[in-house]
Amino acid sequence: MLTYTPDEMMTITAARSMRNGMTCFVGIGLPSEAANLARRTHAPQLVLIYESGTIGAKPDHVPLSIGDGVLAETADAVVSVPEIFNYWLQPGRIDVGFLGAAQLDRYGNINTTMIGSSYDRPAVRLPGAGGAPEIAAACKEVVVVLRQSRRTFAERLDFVTTAGFGAGPASRHELGLSGGGPRLVITDLGLLRPDPVSCELVLAAIYPGVSVEQVRSSTGWDLAVSPDLSELAAPSAADLTALRQLLAGEPAPATAPSAGGSTT
Amino acid sequence: MAEIVTLADAIAATVHDGDTVAMEGFTHLIPHAAGHEVIRQRRRDLTLVRMTPDIIYDQLIGAGCARKLVFGWAGNPGVGSLHRFRDAVENAWPKALELEEHSHAGMANRFVAGASGLPFAVMRGYRGTSLPAWTTGVAEITCPFTGETLTAVSALRPDVAVIHAQRADRHGNVQYWGISGVQKEAVLASARSVVTVEEVVDVLPPRPGAVVLPSWTVGYVAAVPGGAHPSYALGYTERDNDFYKAWDEISRDRDRFGAWLDEHVYGAPADPAPWTGAAC
Repeated sequence: MLTYTPDEMMTITAARSMRNGMTCFVGIGLPSEAANLARRTHAPQLVLIYESGTIGAKPDHVPLSIGDGVLAETADAVVSVPEIFNYWLQPGRIDVGFLGAAQLDRYGNINTTMIGSSYDRPAVRLPGAGGAPEIAAACKEVVVVLRQSRRTFAERLDFVTTAGFGAGPASRHELGLSGGGPRLVITDLGLLRPDPVSCELVLAAIYPGVSVEQVRSSTGWDLAVSPDLSELAAPSAADLTALRQLLAGEPAPATAPSAGGSTT
Repeated sequence: MAEIVTLADAIAATVHDGDTVAMEGFTHLIPHAAGHEVIRQRRRDLTLVRMTPDIIYDQLIGAGCARKLVFGWAGNPGVGSLHRFRDAVENAWPKALELEEHSHAGMANRFVAGASGLPFAVMRGYRGTSLPAWTTGVAEITCPFTGETLTAVSALRPDVAVIHAQRADRHGNVQYWGISGVQKEAVLASARSVVTVEEVVDVLPPRPGAVVLPSWTVGYVAAVPGGAHPSYALGYTERDNDFYKAWDEISRDRDRFGAWLDEHVYGAPADPAPWTGAAC
């Protein structure tokens, strides 16, 4: 039997959620790992777009930052930061925004700004917004990946950095947020999707060996469970090998799908 | 016409106590050596403006140069927190730091407005977030043509822009390429500017698509090879990812940070030799 960690299952599940040929606005950290894994496995034509202005980047390893040289050197196009946001993101050209988060609420709103009761003197100061508010506003859909706990899945956010479904089903329309909002939240325990009517996140699938009670007790609100709850398959040996090679900085093996973009 | 001077002279001529200073460069071409020179010249009460105040502003904040930070994302990319920034915000050490906080798209558009000579830029953004309640420079605006509610962000007009570029010619025309961030907008939005370059050449080789800031748009040019380190200049140096990772430990502790500052900034020459790879 294969052994793997919850983080490996999370990253592989997140990679699987990327469809080949999509255009993907990639956040740094877990999303970048998963998006690069997807390109190495089932989605070699996934178009990676980083807010550094690198469009169609094809790195042979996971970049530490969103502006490593390999992104510019392998991109189909390199544009300025005003251009990436105004011409490329804002009009809704990009299929999926792939984001991490420090905290998330039941409507998929994200906090990456601060924890505590005082903005001016927070208990924990986080980095802030970066590109996330506009990525989540404008991409056709949003996928969020983060580890799940009562701390990260919060009943109430101390700061809404990035809007998901706001206060419920009507919010995105009222706020003029043109994209579709969160489609999927992937954690180290399972997978959540918004209810099509209420927009509240519902537990849709769990990983092998994880119980529903474990997920509910790792959530800061009374988490609803889908009547169609499924258990996802464990990662394949091929997926695990690809992920471990990626994180070890090894190039993709020659037998894997070619690292192609649209340039060939 | 840009004057070609030493880094120390360029900073002394442009950056004064109380100024609003934008050191730009998005991961690539970050003007670290110029930031160190500002620290060495012990400037105080600066309003520091930058989309991504990564290590360079962590150092300036920790060194006590800053009164206020105008920014979009304050972290060590791919590594974690900026500990000196956090210590300033959470504990007011070495002094309190006022924040004016935006998104990256908002900051980029604010620079565009400044470069365009407009009082504000229009965008879709910020709505549904807590940002407008806690920051200045954001307002709702109604489109005069469609009636749609949009977001206005106020122009940034720094006193000084500081950037790093690959090269300039002897007249001070500046060329850079690769990830180009918001540097052109920052220079055009600012009253004064300093550009450090990897090299000053007799003639800029034509490079289609490479940004050129003509000499008459630039105040001072200083040759500082390796001046982006630990950031990089595509074609000249590589990003020193090991330093970014090491910074997490160096900056976590006030004393260790202070020792690093003494050795690598206060104790270093104003116009350093090219970086040789000795990390920390």
